[in-house]
Amino acid sequence: MKTSERIIELLLFLSAATAVTIVALIIIFLLKEGLPVLVKVGIIDFCLGMKWNPIAIAGEPSYGIFPMIVASFYVAIGSLIIAVPLGLACAVFLAEIAPSWARSILKHAIELLVGIPSVILGFVGLVLLVPFIRDHFGGWGFSILAGSIILAIMALPRIISISDDAIRSVPREYKEASLALGATHWHTIRKVILPSARSGIVAAVILAMATSIGETMAVLMVVGNTPILPAPIYDILDPVRPMTSNIVLEMSYATGDHASALFATGIVLFIVVAVLNVISHRALKSKMGTRR
Amino acid sequence: MSEIEIESRNLDLWYGSAQALKAITMAMPEKKVTAIIGPSGCGKSTFIRCINRMNDLVKDCRITGELLFEGTNIYGNSVDAVELRKKIGMVFQKPNPFPMSIYDNVAYGPRVHGLRNREELDRIVEESLKASALWNEVGDILDRSAIDLSGGQQQRLCIARTLAVKPKVILFDEPCSALDPISTAKIEDLINTLKHDYTIVIVTHNMQQAARVSDHTAFFLLGELVEFGKTKQIFELPEKKSTEDYTTGRFG
Repeated sequence: MKTSERIIELLLFLSAATAVTIVALIIIFLLKEGLPVLVKVGIIDFCLGMKWNPIAIAGEPSYGIFPMIVASFYVAIGSLIIAVPLGLACAVFLAEIAPSWARSILKHAIELLVGIPSVILGFVGLVLLVPFIRDHFGGWGFSILAGSIILAIMALPRIISISDDAIRSVPREYKEASLALGATHWHTIRKVILPSARSGIVAAVILAMATSIGETMAVLMVVGNTPILPAPIYDILDPVRPMTSNIVLEMSYATGDHASALFATGIVLFIVVAVLNVISHRALKSKMGTRR
Repeated sequence: MSEIEIESRNLDLWYGSAQALKAITMAMPEKKVTAIIGPSGCGKSTFIRCINRMNDLVKDCRITGELLFEGTNIYGNSVDAVELRKKIGMVFQKPNPFPMSIYDNVAYGPRVHGLRNREELDRIVEESLKASALWNEVGDILDRSAIDLSGGQQQRLCIARTLAVKPKVILFDEPCSALDPISTAKIEDLINTLKHDYTIVIVTHNMQQAARVSDHTAFFLLGELVEFGKTKQIFELPEKKSTEDYTTGRFG
């Protein structure tokens, strides 16, 4: 092989290796910083503990992040409840119904939505959504509902574009077969196209959930950030504090065990998101496996 | 001479600005097999897809002229393509069973048209699979995925699926081009049986197949109907030179 070829291959390998190394270093760093408190408190007490009181004036500090794990899932699932029906409907319209000019307009609009920095969405939520909820639904305004709506807006483009791809990759033959049997277009969408695209859609939804759980800034600005469970538990007008907010809010002044506990929160967050990503990729792969 | 079931009068078709069919005029009799032959790109598949209005799915496809089914122009304003396709079934080039069970594949059409009664569905599924000569092979594995069947079985399943809707006409668009010779022979036998009950139009690039299964043959070339007549005549005493050249294998 020519030397220049070899050098190029080596450079490419090094770039790939760098990416892997960075990920590995971050994980190692997270574990190094977070593990001490996890060992001290115990993983179960840390994850299921109800009380987050890192700077105790009197008595022992307590590090329980259960309300925050619940909060993270709460706002993420809430966002999916809003974004999945909307996103799926939009994807079906894009892939099956929209004429090409409408498709291109929508595609551009969706790309634009992706480009909005999350802090701006959070700001809009803060000045429009929070007062709106306070005035019309009651409560403080800063709430699970507000967080879910903002996250739903952020999740929409991802759900739409992955579902759109999944729907468009359903073999044309299925559609033709259904129509040739005298099925209407809508019936074909419901009974043949959507079921065939199911795994791709599931992957999109789980990926959106992983991103929602990891999202920080926009949520932080509208959820209120009180580290306790909503009471009653189903009250979506109550403020909560997701794991991401917890880290951002306290990082600047945390020391010792407190800082370590924030890193430990990061570990839990990382594991949750990683697991969701793996599930999502599995779902996508199973689609590839059955396609012929 | 039997009744005319489908009649094409001066049918022109354009994809955008390219004309794919030129003034096609021919009549397909009831309960007979009409074969359409011709080299690739001659418009034979395009033509058969006009009969059940599958070309509606193609953007920029424009059709003029008339295509009569049971005396009604199917491109007339009052005709609903969805209703039409219940009467004119289609079997495609590549076997395309849905990724569901064998039973659900066959029951798909009747369910589309509102049938929910389980016993009735069972009966139709069994009848259709028997009519497509597949019952003996799959009768006891109806809940197995259709994707696991062999190519030939899949194609017969697609025929069963079409029969389950009880159409009057079945269009075959090169149904054997993806199959091995044994599966092909089974499909041809099936067509010979089905023609007692259905009007059949089959597109094929296999001239022996046209000669074996059809009563009438149409020869298409470059979007035009060159010659149409009794199969025997087209193959033995063609009127046009290009028909003879094609059927004797001099081009194609």
